Amino acid sequence: MSDAPLQAAQPQTNAPEAPSVVEVLIDASKQSVLKVQEYANLSYHSLTNLLSRPRYPVDTLEQMDDIGVGSLPIVLLSGFFIGAVMVLQTGAQFQRFGQVSLTGDIVSLALVRELGPTITGLLVAGRCSSGIASELGSMLVTEQVDAMRAMGTNPSKKLITPRVSAALLMVPLLTTISVFVGLIGGMVASVLSLRLSATTFWQRAIAILQLSDLMQGFSKSVVFGFILSTVGCYQGLNVRGGTQGVGRATTQAVVVSSVMIIVADTFLTKIALYLADKL
Amino acid sequence: MASSLTSFSAASSPNDETAIDFSGVRLGFGDGDVLRGLSFSAQSRETLILLGETGTGKTLALKLAAGLLRPDAGVVSVLGRVISDKSEGELLEFRRQVGFVFQEGALFDSLTVGENVAYRLEEEGASEDEIRPRVEEVLRFVELEHTMDLLPSELSGGMRRRVSIARALVTRPPIVLYDSPTAGLDPITAQTIITLILRLRDIYGVTALMATHRLQDGFALANFRFDPKSRRVQREAAADRVSPPVTRFLVLRDGRIYFEGSPQEIATSTDPYLRKFLI
Repeated sequence: MSDAPLQAAQPQTNAPEAPSVVEVLIDASKQSVLKVQEYANLSYHSLTNLLSRPRYPVDTLEQMDDIGVGSLPIVLLSGFFIGAVMVLQTGAQFQRFGQVSLTGDIVSLALVRELGPTITGLLVAGRCSSGIASELGSMLVTEQVDAMRAMGTNPSKKLITPRVSAALLMVPLLTTISVFVGLIGGMVASVLSLRLSATTFWQRAIAILQLSDLMQGFSKSVVFGFILSTVGCYQGLNVRGGTQGVGRATTQAVVVSSVMIIVADTFLTKIALYLADKL
Repeated sequence: MASSLTSFSAASSPNDETAIDFSGVRLGFGDGDVLRGLSFSAQSRETLILLGETGTGKTLALKLAAGLLRPDAGVVSVLGRVISDKSEGELLEFRRQVGFVFQEGALFDSLTVGENVAYRLEEEGASEDEIRPRVEEVLRFVELEHTMDLLPSELSGGMRRRVSIARALVTRPPIVLYDSPTAGLDPITAQTIITLILRLRDIYGVTALMATHRLQDGFALANFRFDPKSRRVQREAAADRVSPPVTRFLVLRDGRIYFEGSPQEIATSTDPYLRKFLI
C-alpha cells in the first residue's frame, strides 16, 4: 500500500504497446482485401442464386417498380436537358465551321455511347443505391435480417438477388429511355437555337449509329446497374454502429457506386473501342 | 385459446432426449473470447433459464443454438444433430425447427402483423387456405387476433413481443429460444409475456431456452403452471409434479457456466454472486 492516499500502489508496467506504423498499414491492407473479397462473394452469389430455388419474383417485381418506375421522372428530366445542353455546347462550335448539321451525329453518339448510360447510372446510384443501403442497413440493426435467417430464409436470395436482378433489367431500360428523351431534347434545342430542321437532326442522329455503339451503351448500363445494386446491398448488410452506421453506409453507397461507375466507364469504353476496331 | 394446436412437434419428442447440447463452446470477437468453454444440455420439454449480467454471452448462446452463429471451438448439437459444422444452406433447413423470439421482436416493419406471422408458412409454400386459419390461431393464442392488419409500428412494445412469439410458433417448432422477452417492459406486460411462455410450455411441451437478467421471470416459470382445463395460471406445489423439474437455471459468468441447478438451489444459495440476482 502506498503512503500517499492518491498514489497508485504499484506503477503500471503492462500497458499495451502502441502498434507501429507498419502494423497499422498491414492491418488496413488486410481489411481492404477482406472487404473486396466480401464484396466479390456477395456479387457472385447475387447472380448464382438465380440458378436455384427459392426465387422471389414478387420481390423482384416490387424492386423493378421501385428502381425503374421510381427513377423515371429524374431520368426523363435530366435526359431531356442533357440532350439540349449538348446541342447548345456543340452547336456553337459547329456553327464556326458551317457544319451545324453534324450536331445530330455528335449528340447521338455521345448520348448512346457515354452520357446516357453514365448519367443514368449515376442518377440511379444516387437514388437507389442509397435507398438499398439504408433499407438493408435498418433491417440489419433491428435484427430483421437475423430474424429472416432464423426462419430459414436465405437473406442473399430474399434481399440481394431481387434488387440486383431488378437493377440489371431496369437500368438498361432507363438508359434507353434517357437516350431517347435526350435526343428529343437535342432536337428541340437544334430547332430553336440552331434553326436546324427536326428531320435533318433526327435522320443524322439515327444514321450515324452502328451496332457497336448500341452494344457499348447497353453493356455499360448493365454493368452500372450491377455496380449500383451490389454496392448498395454490400454497404447495407455491413452496417456497423446502429442508426449512425446506417447513415454512413448510405453515404458510402452513393460515393462508392458513383466512383466505381466512372472508373468502370473508362475501362468499358477502352474495351468497347478495341472490340469495335477488331470486329 | 388455440386448443387445436395439438400436433405440436414437441409431442413427438420423448422427455429423456437431449434437445440442446453445448460442449466446450468458445466464441470470441476482436476483444477476446466472450464464451470460454460453455457446456450444458437441455432435455426435451425442459425450460432452461440463462441468467447473467449484460455482456456475458446469453444472446450469443441463443444464436449459437439457432445456428445463427458458428462457434470458434466446441460442438453445438440440437435435436440430435451437430449444427456447429454445418453450412449456411444446411442450417436454413434446420432453423425451421427452431422458433426464435428476439429481444425487440425483430418484426418486419414493412409487413402487417398477419404477414409477419404468415411469413414462414409462405416461405414454405403453404396455400392461402392453410395459412389464414393458422395465423388466426396463433394470433388468438397470444390474444392479438384483432391486430392482424396493423403494422408493427402501430403496436406497443409488449404487443410486438407477443406477435414475435406468435411468429415463432406458427410452424409449431419443438424448440423455442427467447432472448430477454421481458426486457424493457413494465411489470404487468412482462407478466403477460411470462404467462404466454408458461402456456406454451404446459400446453404444448416445447423445449425452451430463455435468456434473461430477471430472476423473477425464471421463478415465475418454475413455480407456476398453466392449467389447460381451468385456463388459469396456478402455483405449482412440488408434490404435484408428475415429471422431473422442467425448469433449471444456468448462470453465466465470464463466458462459462457459473451455476447450474434447480430454482430451489439458486434460491437457497449463499454464493455472494448469486445473491446479487436475488436482491
